[in-house]
Amino acid sequence: MQTTVDSDACLSPPYRTMEPAQMSNPGVAAKLSVQELSAWHGEKQVLVRVSLDLPEHEISAVIGPSGCGKSTLIRCLNRMHELVPGATHRGSIQLDGEDIYASGVDPVLIRRRVGMVFQKPNPFPTMSIRDNVLAGLRLTGMRPGDLDAVVESALQQAALWSEVKDRLREPGTSLSGGQQQRLCIARALAVEPEVLLLDEPCSALDPIATTRIEDLLGTLRERYTIVIVTHNMQQAARVSQQTAFLLQGELVEFTETDALFTKPKDKRTEDYVTGKFG
Amino acid sequence: MNRLRPPATRPPSRTLEHGFRWLCLLAALLPVAVLGVLLFDVVRTGIGRIDVQFLTSFPSRRPEHAGIIAGAVGSLWLVGLTAAIAVPIGVGAAIYLEEYARRGRLATLIEVNVSNLAGVPSIIYGLLGLELFVRALSLGRSLLAGALTLALLVLPIIILSTREALRTVPRGLREAGLALGATRWQVVRQVVLPLAIPGILTGSILAISRAIGEAAPLVVLGALSYVDFLPDGPMAPFSALPIQIFNWTSRPQAGFAVNAAAGIIVLMATLLVLNAAAIITRNRMQKRLGR
Ligand SMILES: Nc1ncnc2c1ncn2[C@@H]1O[C@H](COP(=O)(O)OP(=O)(O)O)[C@@H](O)[C@H]1O
Ligand SMILES: [Mg+2]
Repeated sequence: MQTTVDSDACLSPPYRTMEPAQMSNPGVAAKLSVQELSAWHGEKQVLVRVSLDLPEHEISAVIGPSGCGKSTLIRCLNRMHELVPGATHRGSIQLDGEDIYASGVDPVLIRRRVGMVFQKPNPFPTMSIRDNVLAGLRLTGMRPGDLDAVVESALQQAALWSEVKDRLREPGTSLSGGQQQRLCIARALAVEPEVLLLDEPCSALDPIATTRIEDLLGTLRERYTIVIVTHNMQQAARVSQQTAFLLQGELVEFTETDALFTKPKDKRTEDYVTGKFG
Repeated sequence: MNRLRPPATRPPSRTLEHGFRWLCLLAALLPVAVLGVLLFDVVRTGIGRIDVQFLTSFPSRRPEHAGIIAGAVGSLWLVGLTAAIAVPIGVGAAIYLEEYARRGRLATLIEVNVSNLAGVPSIIYGLLGLELFVRALSLGRSLLAGALTLALLVLPIIILSTREALRTVPRGLREAGLALGATRWQVVRQVVLPLAIPGILTGSILAISRAIGEAAPLVVLGALSYVDFLPDGPMAPFSALPIQIFNWTSRPQAGFAVNAAAGIIVLMATLLVLNAAAIITRNRMQKRLGR
């Protein structure tokens, strides 16, 4: 599968140093700003001083061979990384200019502002479609007045409303895989986050379901800042405004998607996007 | 090597293969057969003795006047109290170990201890209960002391089975809940427990049925075998069904042997019902999780 890179190679500290390039898009406000982020799973270093600015109301894609640290990177963005036993990090991440790792910041509140959709659709099996959408509100004890409106709005945004509006009481697990994933998107949107993280949301779906979700992301961009991890370069090219290329935990290149795919600056990016490895 | 491996095409000796199969079958059937004979013997002896008089009478010196009401009601009290004590503690401990505890020395220490406690002979629990509850805490030879002792006895079973049930809940569901901004406890209560509850119930029922059948720790603790009143609260002295049966089996008169057999039938029927309930809840759970 790959030739030049062993993605499971152990990058244990002290790691080799590289230029900590601050890569950003001037002109657009950064919703999330990552500075010098390193992350570890136990002794194993998974991210090496990653810095990047994610602009508001745009879709940023993260690509790279499997095991390069894509999931770890976005799990740092909503403080899910620290839930894994033995996981540690260093560096800072700012959400609207506030350090989300500052002492005294409640990770629970960060996760409400930065929602997440996972690789495998995971609706709650004991809950109906409706209850799945409301799960975030119920779990966190929020009591908005008009639940029906919340359900409809979230399902509309997730482009699922017309398919399920007559079967809201059926279990969420009765839906097809693609519908389940859109239900999970609706569930994440119902708590009104500002940022939506998606970790390979289409990798378990068929091409038609994938297209639906890609179209959906285009409309969600107006209201949310989106980060999508994908191992599918075509998908990154189709949906995102900028793309980050990660390799063995290093951010090799982060720039406008067109530029990254048509005139990559780094030889490693070029090799990857032209299919020489990965 | 060559002697052990004859030409590859010939299967190993047919007769040996068959013989071994029969041997295994025999080994599997033997305990079933022994149990069957025992059961048959008990049922044949005792079934005719079970009637309203037997179920509603206190013990008596004359076997035909004796009954199991004191033992049965005592057992009900014991089981109710035991469940009320052991289930919340056991489930809470399991939730802590499974959902909160960091993998460390303390968690490992607790884990090893819980597993080992499950193998301690029940009479040891009786001795512990006698020292700790009857004497040190001066609860006397009361239902409460008995229930606390039985609770200790079944706690490991409840903890282990609850952890097992919690582990069947996919990790992804916990992550999904946490990613929505829920706290660990909110996720445990609203996502994990609803899925694990049938498994927890199964384990608890099995633990409780273990408690019903136990006689040894209660004997050590000083449960009575001759009680002509019903307990009026958790501090009352008590008898229990297994104690009553044990007492009858040690009497010389043939009538008491019949009573013991009848008592065993009642006890077995109760256990059977409880175990059936456990199996039904387990099947329900598997259906619900089987996606
Ligand atoms: N829970 C974990 N425990 C230990 N190592 C992990 C864990 N999760 C991921 N890793 C390691 O971290 C590295 C990066 O993983 P990940 O961020 O999931 O990569 P990607 O999403 O790009 O495939 C991999 O080498 C993986 O083996
Ligand atoms: Mg991943």
